[in-house]
Amino acid sequence: MNLDTLRDKLGYQPLLLGIVALLASGALAVVSDATAPAIAAAEAKDLRDSLSDVLPAGLADNDFLKDTVELDRDGKTVTIYRARQGEALKAVLFKVAERGYSGEIQVLMAVDMDGRTLGVRVLKHTETPGLGDKIEIRKDNWVLSFNGKSLLDPTPERWGVKKDNGVFDQFAGATITPRAVVKAVKGGLEFFAAHKAEITGQAA
Amino acid sequence: MSDIQYGRIIKDGLWEQNVVFAQMLALCPLMAVTTSGTNGLGMGLASTAVLVCANVLVSLIRKVVSAQVRIPVFIVLIATLVTIVDLAMNAWLHELYKVLGLFIALIVVNCAILGRSESFAVKNGVAASAVDGLAMGLGFTGALVLLGLVREFLGAGTLFAQASQLLGPSFAFLEVQVPGYGGALLMILPPGAFAALGFLLAGKRIIDRKLAEREATSAEPAAA
Repeated sequence: MNLDTLRDKLGYQPLLLGIVALLASGALAVVSDATAPAIAAAEAKDLRDSLSDVLPAGLADNDFLKDTVELDRDGKTVTIYRARQGEALKAVLFKVAERGYSGEIQVLMAVDMDGRTLGVRVLKHTETPGLGDKIEIRKDNWVLSFNGKSLLDPTPERWGVKKDNGVFDQFAGATITPRAVVKAVKGGLEFFAAHKAEITGQAA
Repeated sequence: MSDIQYGRIIKDGLWEQNVVFAQMLALCPLMAVTTSGTNGLGMGLASTAVLVCANVLVSLIRKVVSAQVRIPVFIVLIATLVTIVDLAMNAWLHELYKVLGLFIALIVVNCAILGRSESFAVKNGVAASAVDGLAMGLGFTGALVLLGLVREFLGAGTLFAQASQLLGPSFAFLEVQVPGYGGALLMILPPGAFAALGFLLAGKRIIDRKLAEREATSAEPAAA
């Protein structure tokens, strides 16, 4: 039987498609299996690196990736990482998100036990390059202006960008982006204040 | 098979049939990633790798695949290759993946890859297909880098910003910053991509015409 005549038979084509799909999924299964541990390790390292970015060095000596508590916030699960020194809880780290100018801005923040921010970093955003992306630490030091701020300092009505009579700078040509980040951080602090007992584990 | 003109294939890929400047294919990833020369380079190299692998595979199975189902077969092959590249980079080149990760999945929808499978690899041998994939890929990379550099230079006043993240610290010398130039934001935004591409296309036309004129004038005395 010659390949050329076989190729035009009706049964040949579904068989060929099936074999190709089978081989492709087999190859993918093998590769996915082989890469899974390395990908998990790399992602855990990424998370550790970004958590370490917002946490001042030397503040914690525990593996805070493992010391977590999960809380519900507006229907979404928030994972809270707890940084301890010995037994004493020093700070908690968690992610907050807010709608920016074009899509969601994800912010990672660290809060100490007095409700002061220790550090804020923008993890992911799709703001306008050149205008809104000054919220990234690579582009601008702006996010450092949150360090040491709490719900009492500045007072709640001053938690805004300067255009809204607040204390935080906006960027020329981009107000919505920093406004969203300020709102996200403020929301995070309020979330921490409202759930402090559960977060620290004292309620349990 | 000795009549395959590798020089011809390479010249087609790099210039005459350039994916972007002549065939006008793959404009979607082109517009999306060329906000800097570095992004363009990374996307170009990843696409080249997939293009070469896809061409070789398609060429290998070209006698088995029947014409009626060739397109789904090629699409499955290309998607599988891209997913494998995506997973492998995420696992073993994680730093690079963080820069390029977003763009890797875009390679699947790069019609240039299916285009080369369809128009070249399915009719030619493995070696010729590999060379064609490489030449087309490098031509695409060149276009991405060129457009990326133009947009980056006009838009942000830099050249190859963050190249050391992609290629390693030893390539930091590539990074250039024009002092005292804030940049024109428009060029970084999508309209800037269309404007810059338009001028580059016009530039290629002018060069092609000049080349044709020179050929015509040099051919005349020989004919006389």
